[in-house]
Amino acid sequence: MAEFLQFLISGLTVGAVYALVALGFTLIYNASGVVNFAQGEFVMLGGMVTVFASAAGVPLPLAAVVAIVVAVVIGLLLHRLAIEPARGASAVTLIIITIGASILLRGLAAIIFDKQFHKLPGFSGETPIDILGAAVQPQSFWVLGGTAVVVVALYVFLEHTLLGKAVLATAANRLAARLVGINTTTIMALAFGGSAAIGAIAGILVTPITLTNYDVGTLLALKGFAAAMLGGMGNPLGAVVGGLLLGLLEAFGAGYLSSTYKDAFAFLVILIVLFAAPQGLFGRRAVERV
Amino acid sequence: MGALTNQRFLILAVLAVVIAVLPFVFPSSYYFRVASLVWVSALAAIGLNILMGQAGQVSLGHAAFFGIGAYAVAIGPAHLGIPPWAALLIGAALSAVLAYLVGRPILRLKGHYLAIATLGLGVLVALVISTESGWTGGPDGMPVERLILFGWRVSGSYTWYWVTGALLLVGTWIALNLDETPTGRAFRALHDSEVAAQVVGVDVARFKLQAFVIAAVYASIAGSALAFMNGFINPDQAGFLHSVELVTIVVLGGLGSIVGSIVGAAVLVTLPQALTIFHEYEHLMLGLIIIVSMIFMRNGIVPSVSGLFLRRARS
Repeated sequence: MAEFLQFLISGLTVGAVYALVALGFTLIYNASGVVNFAQGEFVMLGGMVTVFASAAGVPLPLAAVVAIVVAVVIGLLLHRLAIEPARGASAVTLIIITIGASILLRGLAAIIFDKQFHKLPGFSGETPIDILGAAVQPQSFWVLGGTAVVVVALYVFLEHTLLGKAVLATAANRLAARLVGINTTTIMALAFGGSAAIGAIAGILVTPITLTNYDVGTLLALKGFAAAMLGGMGNPLGAVVGGLLLGLLEAFGAGYLSSTYKDAFAFLVILIVLFAAPQGLFGRRAVERV
Repeated sequence: MGALTNQRFLILAVLAVVIAVLPFVFPSSYYFRVASLVWVSALAAIGLNILMGQAGQVSLGHAAFFGIGAYAVAIGPAHLGIPPWAALLIGAALSAVLAYLVGRPILRLKGHYLAIATLGLGVLVALVISTESGWTGGPDGMPVERLILFGWRVSGSYTWYWVTGALLLVGTWIALNLDETPTGRAFRALHDSEVAAQVVGVDVARFKLQAFVIAAVYASIAGSALAFMNGFINPDQAGFLHSVELVTIVVLGGLGSIVGSIVGAAVLVTLPQALTIFHEYEHLMLGLIIIVSMIFMRNGIVPSVSGLFLRRARS
């Protein structure tokens, strides 16, 4: 029981990070139709900038804010310099551009920061809390709580503000949105900035547990993409559920089956799900007009 | 038809002349090495182009087959006592079988879903290679025995320049011919409209699978050649980044253009070598090259340039 609980909580913690990455994917995908493979780099930036800012003497909360701002600026630049100029290019071309951006950002981080692994102190200390025999790091609650706050905030923004509704309108039909006077370019920039902030928050929250280096973004982006797919591309709720599911699968798979193939479970499950339900778990069936 | 046959002959002739003439202007063996890398990448890209450009299906995990070919010639002779040349064939056969088995369910998917499924396949193969260190040497990689053909020990960058060049010529010849067969025309029909192809009686699923298997075999042979040439292999060759490089070569050169894949390989292999003074800047440059070339050459180099000439000729 204690073992089960241990795997459950660590799975949810990792899953929460995947959920945030998948949520960032979904936001950009809905607003622009772009699958942004540089999403993992925002997570990396969140962690790395916080580490280096706090090492330079900036207090931790302020360092976290600096990291989010840096990520947002990078996100906006990515949109302005790489995505906007390629407007109208094919989906594959846009995917390659974002992969290029992720390689570029990784290369920059390796030069500006370094290639070492870095750690942040736990926000509420490092003493594990005992829950029914499972030792839980206090930082896990920060990750889960932070994720919940981001999800609720995003929901309120999308459903209850005018700007949020404009984002939803753009997602539903870009041309119609433009016709009713929505500046879709601004909306897309907003989506990139918002996604970057969400990614950076994930990176800041999880660095005390998983450490960070210049290279953590790649696998996170792949798994976040997998989570978004699992939930059905373009569905924010699906992204969150997909992320949590993926985290749980990994934790239980690593715990009960094989820890050396921890990273393989995610992709194995994705393949199986796609074979059985090609539109993801919550995706709508796409109907093709001929 | 006659014009097309002539065009095919012309492409092969130009390629052969380029391969034959380059050694006269190369000042050092380093250039032979880089050129061999271009030939190998071009070979893998031509295969991928049959899948992407002609049959219209994307693969973000194609380096998996490259890795299978590479590790087949590393593991076969070292662990199982198989002669190196036979290991190359076994690797190609393994890749074909894997592509056949996985291709059936995967190729039913479309768009982003196809992208993530092929990506997943690629990551899985790369994970197996870097985890089973007893066989593969793990993340550090493993040495590869020299290729011996009829008692001839194939080694040295000069020799490999010719071997890989010949491989590329054969690969190009097959791809060009394929273009003109019923299979090739079926691929093009698929690319233009799956529904229309189906309506006129093209067995869509079968031809997609064929293209996938052909592309896998090309990549596998290219992987084997690289492993022999380098005498060493590591899991990066099967990794996600290498898959991305292959896709970039195909798109940069021009989807569906076989010449484009060779040009794309030449650009993407030599440009980082030329621009990278310090090793640390390698990733930075690669990322920048990918972004800039995709923005300004989104239709691919060869179609863009030949389109320009056609317009000139018409006006």
